[in-house]
Amino acid sequence: MSLAASNISVQGRLDGVSVQLEPGQITAICGPNGAGKSTLMSCLAGLLVPDSGSASLGGEPLATLNPQRRAQMIGYLPQDGEVAWDVAVRNLVALGRLPHRDRGEKAIEAALEAVHLTQFADRPISTLSGGEKARALLARVFAGEPDWVLADEPLAALDFYHQHEVLASLHASAKLGAGVALVLHDLALAMNHADRVLVLKGGRLIADGPPETALDEANIIQTWGVAARWVGEPGARALVTS
Amino acid sequence: MNRAALIFAGLLIIAFPLSLLAGRVWVDPSSTPNAALILMELRLPRSILAMVIGAGLGAAGAAMQGYLRNPLADPGLFGIAPMAALGAVISFWFGYSASAYLLPSFALLGAGAGMAMLALIAGRTSAGTGGGIALFTLAGLMIASLAGALTALAITLSPNAFALSEIVLWLNGALTDRSWREVMIAVPCVAAGLLLLTLASKPLDAMTLGQEAAQSLGVRPAALLWLLVGGVGLTVGASVAVAGIIGFVGLIVPHLVRPFTDRLPSSLILPSALAGALLVLVADSAVRVLPLVTELRLGIALSLIGAPFFLHLLLKMRRGRI
Repeated sequence: MSLAASNISVQGRLDGVSVQLEPGQITAICGPNGAGKSTLMSCLAGLLVPDSGSASLGGEPLATLNPQRRAQMIGYLPQDGEVAWDVAVRNLVALGRLPHRDRGEKAIEAALEAVHLTQFADRPISTLSGGEKARALLARVFAGEPDWVLADEPLAALDFYHQHEVLASLHASAKLGAGVALVLHDLALAMNHADRVLVLKGGRLIADGPPETALDEANIIQTWGVAARWVGEPGARALVTS
Repeated sequence: MNRAALIFAGLLIIAFPLSLLAGRVWVDPSSTPNAALILMELRLPRSILAMVIGAGLGAAGAAMQGYLRNPLADPGLFGIAPMAALGAVISFWFGYSASAYLLPSFALLGAGAGMAMLALIAGRTSAGTGGGIALFTLAGLMIASLAGALTALAITLSPNAFALSEIVLWLNGALTDRSWREVMIAVPCVAAGLLLLTLASKPLDAMTLGQEAAQSLGVRPAALLWLLVGGVGLTVGASVAVAGIIGFVGLIVPHLVRPFTDRLPSSLILPSALAGALLVLVADSAVRVLPLVTELRLGIALSLIGAPFFLHLLLKMRRGRI
């Protein structure tokens, strides 16, 4: 079922954004700092009720959806990856099963496997590197087996190899029918891995479409103020400043 | 029941009968005159009360540390204990404390007023993301500060020297001369409070990831806040109502228990209740046994243990070991 925002505004952060995200795709949300990307994610996750407009899942407004039902369908990874207690990785990932109120051992093992952390499952989170911790937090979202995965900068702390491994997991989820929406700062990752890109600036939706058009050179200079050009083949492009 | 709960339940089973015998006069059931009377009317209610109060304070501490995601949080910080103390002080001020039920009733009313103020101020913003926890803490500190100021005013304007000494003595909590009456007041309140805190345990696990992530896992911030205000209010309020201010239990106990658990709040609440019961029971037995001219007040004894413990935690935190 589709996840939609209809003319949503949040004072000082979002200004009349409308978008309909489809399952089975990876949608990247890009834009400069303060563009409203995280606010849009919070609205789409049902955590922030917009001042005007509404967000809905399958036509049902998120504001009125039962929180537990919403949590079963939308997995959300916030930007702030703080973990208050020094829990074992497996117990951290198991928190993703809270909306289902079951142990979900198979889902937890699959989530650990997807982010290559099975061998670290019993280690305290404090002994992990920043990248490993980021992967454990993403595994927590996968463990909930949600219809939608919304992640705010999930790749920022990851090395090159694990960025591609995590993207492969997200692709696999999308292939199985889940919807995936990611806030990304790396435009090359968005260009090469997203099926669709939303570009925000100053709380407004500037562009929405396939990466080749949403992130074309004209949009990049208009949004980020940087003259840059794409080089390389489709699927393996790099952005070079002029 | 997890490993920690089993350990502390086992220790409690050993400590409880010993606490019945311990005191300025050690009771030997076979030879002490009126042993049955002493045990039934003095030692047993006092030991039960110590365990009930300790259980409530320990569980409340574990829950508050889970909610605030801070190992230095103590339920006493949130204004409910000072408000309960204020209620009790008012009853002393007007001379109502001579009546059996008026002193605890006033203290419970004070705790209720503290809970209502906390929920009214903090509850308004808890529905949105962010801000809720900070406001909850600040509201608690404001209520604690107000209650402290009013208590100091009541002491300053004390109608007579007797009331003044009663107030000051009572504020340094103790279980001296408590009877079944206090047990009957504390048990239902603490039991109801523990039930509410248990209901809050899974949402508190989700809070490990922060308020926004917890909400995304289906936690209703307002519902969690009400469970905590009710749970902490009933346990701490009942404790102050029957024993006065007994600090640091809610701070110390979760730290003693945490290494034996998986560190999530849900696995900490029951063992903290058992360990709290054990700590207060042992501390109260110790103050009875100490060879002092007058019995050391339980609240003072626990503060003497708690303050250095708090400093130890601060230093540990500075070294990044918490």
